[in-house]
Amino acid sequence: MKKILALALALIMVFALCACGSSGGSSSSNTVTIGVFEPASGDNGAGGKQETLGVQYANSVQPTVEIGGKTYDVVVKYVDNESSNDKAPSAAAELVNAGCSIVLGSYGSGVSIAGGPTFEAAGIPAVGITCTNPQVTEGNTYYFRICFLDPFQGTVLANYAFNELGVTKAYCLNKLGDDYSGGLVKYFIDAFEGLGGECVHEEFPDGNSDFTSYVANAKSADCGVFFSPVSTEAAQLIIDQVVAQDASFPLLAGDTWDSNVILQAAKGKDVNITVTTFYPEGADASFDSSIKEWINGDSTNLANNGGDDTVAAVTAMGYDAYFFALAALQKAGSTEPAKVMEALWSTEIDGVTGPIALEQTNGDAIRNTAFVKQADTATGAWIALDPVTVG
Amino acid sequence: MSFLQNSLPYILAGISVGGQYALIAIGYTMVYGILRLINFAHGDVFMAAGMFMVFLSASLPLGISIPLVLLITVVLGFIIERVAYKPLRSAPRMSVMISAIGVSYLLQNCALYFTGGLAKVYPQLPWLSDTVSIFSAVTKRVTLITPILTLVLVIGLSMFIKHTKVGMAMRAVSKDFETARLMGIKVNSVISTTFVIGSLLAAVGSLLYFTNYASVTPTSGGMPGLKCFVAAVFGGIGSIPGAVIGAFIIGIAENIIKGLGWTTFSDAFTFALLIVILLVKPTGLFGEKATDKV
Amino acid sequence: MELRKNKRKDSLYTVIALIAMFAVLLVMELTMKSTSILFTVLKKGVIYALVAVSMNLLNGFTGLFSLGQAGFMLIGAYTYAILSMPVSVKLSESVYKYYDCAIGFDLGILPSLLLAGIIAAIFAALIGLPVLRLKSDYLAIATLGFAEILRAFFQWDAMGPVTNGANVLRQYRDLTKVTIPFTDIPFPPTLFCFLVSGICIAIIVLLINSSYGRAFKAIRDDEIAAEAMGINLFKHKELSFVISSFFAGISGAMLAMFQYTVQAAQFKTAMTYEILLIVVIGGIGSITGSCIASFLFIACNEWWLRFLDESSNNILGLNILRSGFRKVVFSIIIMIIVLFFSKGIMGEREFSWNGIRAFLHDPFGLKAKRLKKEAKAGEVNGK
Repeated sequence: MKKILALALALIMVFALCACGSSGGSSSSNTVTIGVFEPASGDNGAGGKQETLGVQYANSVQPTVEIGGKTYDVVVKYVDNESSNDKAPSAAAELVNAGCSIVLGSYGSGVSIAGGPTFEAAGIPAVGITCTNPQVTEGNTYYFRICFLDPFQGTVLANYAFNELGVTKAYCLNKLGDDYSGGLVKYFIDAFEGLGGECVHEEFPDGNSDFTSYVANAKSADCGVFFSPVSTEAAQLIIDQVVAQDASFPLLAGDTWDSNVILQAAKGKDVNITVTTFYPEGADASFDSSIKEWINGDSTNLANNGGDDTVAAVTAMGYDAYFFALAALQKAGSTEPAKVMEALWSTEIDGVTGPIALEQTNGDAIRNTAFVKQADTATGAWIALDPVTVG
Repeated sequence: MSFLQNSLPYILAGISVGGQYALIAIGYTMVYGILRLINFAHGDVFMAAGMFMVFLSASLPLGISIPLVLLITVVLGFIIERVAYKPLRSAPRMSVMISAIGVSYLLQNCALYFTGGLAKVYPQLPWLSDTVSIFSAVTKRVTLITPILTLVLVIGLSMFIKHTKVGMAMRAVSKDFETARLMGIKVNSVISTTFVIGSLLAAVGSLLYFTNYASVTPTSGGMPGLKCFVAAVFGGIGSIPGAVIGAFIIGIAENIIKGLGWTTFSDAFTFALLIVILLVKPTGLFGEKATDKV
Repeated sequence: MELRKNKRKDSLYTVIALIAMFAVLLVMELTMKSTSILFTVLKKGVIYALVAVSMNLLNGFTGLFSLGQAGFMLIGAYTYAILSMPVSVKLSESVYKYYDCAIGFDLGILPSLLLAGIIAAIFAALIGLPVLRLKSDYLAIATLGFAEILRAFFQWDAMGPVTNGANVLRQYRDLTKVTIPFTDIPFPPTLFCFLVSGICIAIIVLLINSSYGRAFKAIRDDEIAAEAMGINLFKHKELSFVISSFFAGISGAMLAMFQYTVQAAQFKTAMTYEILLIVVIGGIGSITGSCIASFLFIACNEWWLRFLDESSNNILGLNILRSGFRKVVFSIIIMIIVLFFSKGIMGEREFSWNGIRAFLHDPFGLKAKRLKKEAKAGEVNGK
């Protein structure tokens, strides 16, 4: 019995090795590989999957690219970074090993910061899709990004809370050790206090699912708004708790909450949720209708999108990122990562989320508009409010 | 009055969480009492019960899915014991504990695979999920039901252990494994019964817990599991009333800490409490003093 | 006389084998693409090998069931990152964004590595004083608790000027910044990891073979008997705990060098469990086993089994391969090892040239089995 088991285990290993060997060396002359560095599990699994959907859809729309007069098939290589900073370097190394010319991702800033140096060392350019923390691109010439940054988003949200909602005291909650929510909350507090408001700031530890006390704290401190730009996982619980405790303050959050997970959690409940985001559904009707058709056409895609066909902003961003990468490849006229990197600085496209061009210091997107959306709890859809432009 | 008004939500939340912890902690304490094993997989059984509920309630009415969840969880607990612990009965204690860690790893990864890494929304249980208000605090009805249900179950369990034949066998096995076997007690079936009871209570606990915090992820069993074990040690491992009291203390203390604004330390506090009690009174509040035989 | 000669010959072989291994590694690094995932796995593997061996020193050789390894790695990683981060980075806004860094100096790579170990050891000495009086499971859960407390402490806002709160630390001297002494030529990073880990593991091996090591083993086998023999239980337990934490600290520091960024959030209980599983797979009480197992573990987890996650590899229209399947398969393999091969790869044995000779002479013990059978048959016939 033991012998057979040992033999079986050994066989599995050999099989695994063979599979690796075969998958490693499949870069024939007429393909170009684009790596997708996204979480499919962990805290940011839901958002990562929606972002990946955008790339997948874009790939189905445009599976080839013309580089230097030759038509290349685009091979998209997906690697799960498990939303975890310590798994990010090896996931990044896997993409490097697959011979990617350019890498897209990730959802969540922490993994991008952790994976960035691996791409830098390998000389492969990476384009952040929705990682908004400034540290992603700072000091890393190989990391670019096509979305706005936290200082901008924090300012927009603080202005919205102070001017539109007319509150002077805000409750801020972020996850301990999370670069995205921690950074955004810090910038929000800076801006909000700069406007003359007051903030109560708390953090919850990893693995926490009991938000009773946090909501109770916000209530007892008489805060006018609850700002909590955390992952959708925690967001569900927060919404639930706010409803259970019958709290009257509105909830405010950043781009992570722009997800149908939030809509489903809020549907039919008495709660006011406002988010800033990259793309409001309905801005580009033809894109919306065709991607909805694509999502509805495949049960896996539908499941990855959270069970319905709401177009998340991150999906639209993923779609744009793919075409941005293709534009860079065309401009470079080569699949050499170094050439692609040079070309990226001056690549410009007109995406569904607006025109995309990069500034020349860190390679961040030049964007000064954030869209504001409010959840309609009766229908379970987003209502677009006026976009906010700063600077 | 204003003090009461301000602190009531925290205390309510603490009592409710404490009750849910108590139901899980009993599983730890009973298994430890008999096998001297920290069943690290117990927290994940609790999580698995939550997952079963999510998947079953999607297609079946609640009236069927709730009993089915209890049944499947019990079967899961039984299978885990038979497959992962029974073969190692004569192995060193460390091996069994490692096997428990392995099972925990396996359950989490299976949950990860079947959910695709996405958090699942727990179904709303009518009546239990309704909002009620007492004095000034507004909360879900489950918060009030939990401590009552916990106490009823614990009293029932104590009666079972005190007054039935199986209960007597359990006490005998936990006192002295070898002698109990010599006396003709079917040790294996007693151990299985322990796991069945532990899993059943964990399933009930998961119903209450996830009704309150309606999102299940593959790792949502980890932290509650550890805390419940701490509660069991705190109360004196092997003692059921000890586990219950320990669980309530930890649940309430945790929420008060959060209420005071020390949110960074809400988990760390639980462990600090554990270390202090281990150093001051290593057998816990109600534990029996064990003597080493040379 | 013959025996001693053989022993000397064997140690000569060992030295030659080690030199050959480092030479091969050097050649590989100089000739192959440095970004190959092979090197990533080798680096992480050897870092985990060190921490697994340090855990084995506690669990396997001293019989102390401690689950605090992740906590000590955390201390090592943070100490290293904070000390080795250049002052210019500390003063600029790029890492300490929300705090003013309170540490106004920086150190080179080797002093930082050493201090990482020392600070982890100091913490261990303090924690050990109360905790080591506890027995088996209680010790396990108390050390695990301490690791969790340490994590919260490092994430504490008030510690921000030192630890950068819960935020990520980066731009310190990582593996790419290692140079050959007195020059600017970069040192091959994989070789560096192997060298540091190799030296540390060698020190642990020497320790285990010393009189201290024999005392540790005596404590593991029977505490009361050991005490009766005049071994100071507490002193030796504390010593083992501190040394183990020292090396866990160094491996934490190397992990920080390897992954370019450090954040307290990653050093969870799950990490300790992973290390424990490595120790078990390798064999509790075997240094070689821990080393082999850590390479296998890391390679399977992060490389070889990844194809199971790709839905494009599905055959026969079965839709079982998708994200997460790798981990299910992996944990089933672990369960099989734990249940059916509870001694692990090496049991309590170590690598030895005699073992290799015996294996070459008689692979898989077939001959010995036959001999045994014959002897048995002979016995029966004799009766």
